[in-house]
This record gives sequence, C-alpha cells and structure tokens, in this order.
Amino acid sequence: MSVASSLEAVTKEYPGGVVALRNLTIEVGEGEQLAVVGPSGSGKTTLLTVMGTLERPTRGAVHVTGYDVAQASDRELAGLRAHALGFVFQGFQLQESITALDNVALGLLYTGQPLRQRREAARVALERVGLGHRLTHRPPMLSGGERQRVAIARAIAKRPLLILADEPTGNLDSKASAEVVALLHELGSDGATLVLITHDDNIARGFDRRIQMRDGEIVLDERQ
Amino acid sequence: MSAATVRSYQRDRIAPARLPISQLLGTALQGPRTRRLRAALSSLGIAIGIGAMVAVVGVSASAQANLLAEIDALGTNLLTVTPGQTFLGATEVLPDTSVRMIEHMQQVDSDLAVYQVASANVYRSPLVPQSETGGIGVDAAAGNLPEVLGTSMASGHFIDAIGDRYPEVVLGAQAGSVLQINRVGGHVMVYLGNTWFTVVGVLKRVLLDPSLDSDVFISLPVAERMFQARPNPSEIFVRANVNQVNKVSALLAASTDPQQPDGVQVSRPSDALEARAAAKGQFTTLLLGLGAVALLVGMIGIANIMVISVLERRGEIGLRRALGATKRHIWAQFLAESALLAVLGGIGGLLLGAGATALYAQAKNEPFVVPLYALIAAPTAGLVIGAIAGIYPAMKAARLSPTEALRAT
Repeated sequence: MSVASSLEAVTKEYPGGVVALRNLTIEVGEGEQLAVVGPSGSGKTTLLTVMGTLERPTRGAVHVTGYDVAQASDRELAGLRAHALGFVFQGFQLQESITALDNVALGLLYTGQPLRQRREAARVALERVGLGHRLTHRPPMLSGGERQRVAIARAIAKRPLLILADEPTGNLDSKASAEVVALLHELGSDGATLVLITHDDNIARGFDRRIQMRDGEIVLDERQ
Repeated sequence: MSAATVRSYQRDRIAPARLPISQLLGTALQGPRTRRLRAALSSLGIAIGIGAMVAVVGVSASAQANLLAEIDALGTNLLTVTPGQTFLGATEVLPDTSVRMIEHMQQVDSDLAVYQVASANVYRSPLVPQSETGGIGVDAAAGNLPEVLGTSMASGHFIDAIGDRYPEVVLGAQAGSVLQINRVGGHVMVYLGNTWFTVVGVLKRVLLDPSLDSDVFISLPVAERMFQARPNPSEIFVRANVNQVNKVSALLAASTDPQQPDGVQVSRPSDALEARAAAKGQFTTLLLGLGAVALLVGMIGIANIMVISVLERRGEIGLRRALGATKRHIWAQFLAESALLAVLGGIGGLLLGAGATALYAQAKNEPFVVPLYALIAAPTAGLVIGAIAGIYPAMKAARLSPTEALRAT
C-alpha cells in the first residue's frame, strides 16, 4: 500500500514554548481511514494542519502524497492543497452570501478552472452527498447536517487524495452526525484517504484505524 | 461513484495553484456584494471627492463653452485698427483717408470709424466741478456702431439722422452707470462741452471692446460743427468676410496708411477674449484642493474598512488558504477588492459631478460640458486610490497564518 501521508519524528512548537507535537511519527496509507481521538490540547488539530501543509513542522520530515513539505515552496504547497487535499471543518466555513453550488465551486477556485467547469464539478459533488435538490440554497437556509454535507462536497469536488476532517460532527446533533459520518465512510470506501478528528468514541469505533493522542504524542495506535 | 471522487494522482509533478484574473475579479466582488451597505458607505468618500473635482472641472468647462459661444455669436471677424506708437514713443495718427481706403478693400463687409472728441467732457449738470469727468470720454461715431460691434441698446435708440443735426448723445453702459442714467424716458439731458445734450439711448456692454463702455457717443456732423473734431479716426472697426479674416488682417495696415504701415496697429479682439475665456476656464485651485482632501479622507476610509474586513474575515482567509490560495492570491484579492470599491466610488463621483454640472448649467442657461478626459480620469483615479488604500490591509491579510485564521472561527 502506498503512503498518502507520513510524519517522521515531527515536532511542532509554537512561539511561547507551547509544544503541540512531540517527536511524532505516523504513516497513513492510501485509502486508509483514520480516526484521531484525544483530549483538548493534545495536538490533534496541529497534526491535521501539519498533514494538510497549512503549517510546517519545527523539526522532522513531512511527506504528503509523495511530496517533501520541507522542500516545497509555499506556492507548491498551495498547489498541493488546491489539487490533492480536501478539508472539512467543525464550523463548516461556508460563505453565507453565495449558494451551496457556488460554495462548492469555491473549493476548486485555486485550480484555475473556469467557473462553468467548477460549477459542473460542484453539481456532481453535491449530488454525491445527496444535496442535488439544494443547489441554489444559501447556507442560512440549510440545516446543520446539510451545511456540513455542502462542506464535504466542497472538499471532494476536486477528487482529493486525502480528506482531512477536523471534528466535522462537533456542531451537529446525533442524527445529523450519524449521516455525516456515514457519508464520510462511503467516500472512504470509494478509495479516498480519510483522516478524521473526533471527540466521540462511538464515531471513532466505526474506523479501521484509531490513534489516541495526549500531550502531542500518540499513545495508542490500533487497527481493527 | 469511485472514479468520480477519487482519481489516480500523479506523483511526479504538482500543478501550481492558479487564480486567473477573471476569477480574481469575481472573487473581489464577493466581499462588497456580501456587505453592500458598508461597501456603498466606504465608496461614498471617494465618490464625494471625485464628484467635487468633476463638478469643478465641469462647471468651469461649461462656463468656458458658454463664453466661447457668446464670443462666436458676436463674431470673430471683427478687426480693430488703432494708431501705433512712433519710434520715439508718441502716438501716431491715422490718416483721414484711412476709412475710405479700408472701404475699398474687397473682403471688408462693414466698417466703423470712431473719432475721439478730446476737447469735450460730459457731466450730469454744469454744477459738477470741471475736474470730475468720471473718466468718461466723448466719441463721435456713425449710426452703425451697435451693428458693427455686435451690441444693442439697453434703452432708447442710437444716433440717427436727427442726431446729425441736433445735440443728442448715446451713453455707453459704464458711462450710463457713472452718470446714473440707465434708462431714457422723458427728458434726460447731460451737460457736454458747455451744451445740454439729450440722452436718446444707453448701450448694452460691448464685449468685443469694453473700453467703449465708458464713452458717450455723438454724431460726426455735430462733433465737427461744435467741437471742431479732427478728421483722423482714433479707432476703426472692420468686419471682414468670415473666410478672409486673416487675409484682411494682413492687408489692413498697408491699406490704412500706405506710406507708414508700421504706424498702424491691427488686432482681433475675439482672440484676446478667447484666450481670456480659456484662462478663466482653468480649474479653481481651491475647490480642486477641497476635492483632493475629500479623496484623501475617502482613501483612509477605504483603508480603514478593509482593515476591519480583514479582521472579520479571518475565517474566510484561512479557508481560502486551505483551499489552495497562495499568500499572493489573498493579497491580490484584498487589493482588488479595495480598488474595486474605489473605482465604484470614482464612477459614482463622475455621475455626481456630472449631475451637479448639469444642474448648474441648466440654472445658468449654459451648455452642459464635462471634459472627455474626466470620463477616464475619474475611474482611474479611483483605481489608483483604491490600490494604495488596499496595500496595507492586503498585506495584513496575506500574512495571516492560515491555522490561526481557521481557529478564529
């Protein structure tokens, strides 16, 4: 199995002496589904942003889809994010003034594709997440679960190699959570690599592989 | 759906993140569209500044166009012949034959000679001290004066056949107001060279030769009979054929005084007037300065709004970075947004200024003119101002750490 993302002895320190990741090593295989659990402040989100090339590690090597992050320029990393990485956030991060379709099309903006092409891909992605009937709705007209599905459509419209989800169910009720998680599993079974942060052990139990973090280190790495 | 969401990824090369200009503009529009009222208010400062400048330029251009139209209506084919100076600085004298010579010229439509009656002064009554002439000169002229000079009577009529025989006088506009006579009616008289003259008319202003405004006019026969005026004209006005003005102008000196053409001065009053009109049409510096101050304030307003906007939109900035925007893309987006606001302000200002000019022109009954360059200069000024205002906020936005930005929401 080839590797979607790997961290090798990665340490991430923030100004002020906060150490978010301590000498952490992990490999995520292509097509793997990984749940990350751990208490607040254990470094889960930092792990995700380092994996997602939004931040460079203080020490250690990071490879994402075969690229050495340390060697890539900011512009190259941006290209990587534009083409190969899909992010899903707890707070959805949707633009309220534009339609669901355009929110998803925004996910492809920095690939340089023309709007018409982006909208077509967005329509396909929205249909994929079961929102084919909500294309022209603006986020305020959608339920929480629907909004998160729009955000997921935005992440998958580019057909990413790696989907990074930071507590995507954190703002949702249990029913909507279940729907969103089911959807993410479905996408995973299509072959996308998925790394998901969650507080919810029930959700984590549904994943093939779970890691538990504490104080910037992996304390448990188990596979089913 | 397998193939639809996941593709095999090429590991050897990664396409760079791109944001074509057309998409950048759409992106820049999004902010102002979301916060319309705020966008409108922040553009307003620029609109007022540019509007003030356009109005200043437009109003002066309209006034200038009006003045030129008036000059055109008076005719630009009027030439004046006056005696020049001798080599030693004394004033030359036009020969008494000059009028006849000029009348023989082919391209001369009409002419008018004015003779100065130097020995006479005019007073409201004989009780006025001799020295208080009010600066009013006495001239003798033929009856076609209003026609040749392109003026008309404010009141009464010009000297006619009766005035050739009896002491009648017509006042120039300025002379009329000095003598406090602006209307003829009943029996208004002035005391001119020891004789009572009946005022039969008051002229309107002579735009083409304002020096005549402070003179009064009597007929040639009366001037010769009563004041022994010299037969040498002090000034000759010539209406040339409209298409031959330059030619006539060139020949006029030689025709007037073939023996001494150097002693004759020929000028075209409309030239001087047009030059003066052009100078008058120049912007009023003070008002332009006020417009510039408004622009500066507007620029600071836009910069201010953009800084606030960057702080408020940290989440959006983080999201865009996560979606593949480079720092440069973020920078360009906010710079473009700032420029866009100011360009909209510039266009708004152009409309405001043009509207103000139109109102002014209508009120003053002048032609409505906004110089063509303003149509380009106003939005361009907006673009430049917006770009300058946007530099700092755009840099601030680009420097935001994406993770911090995402954490902020």
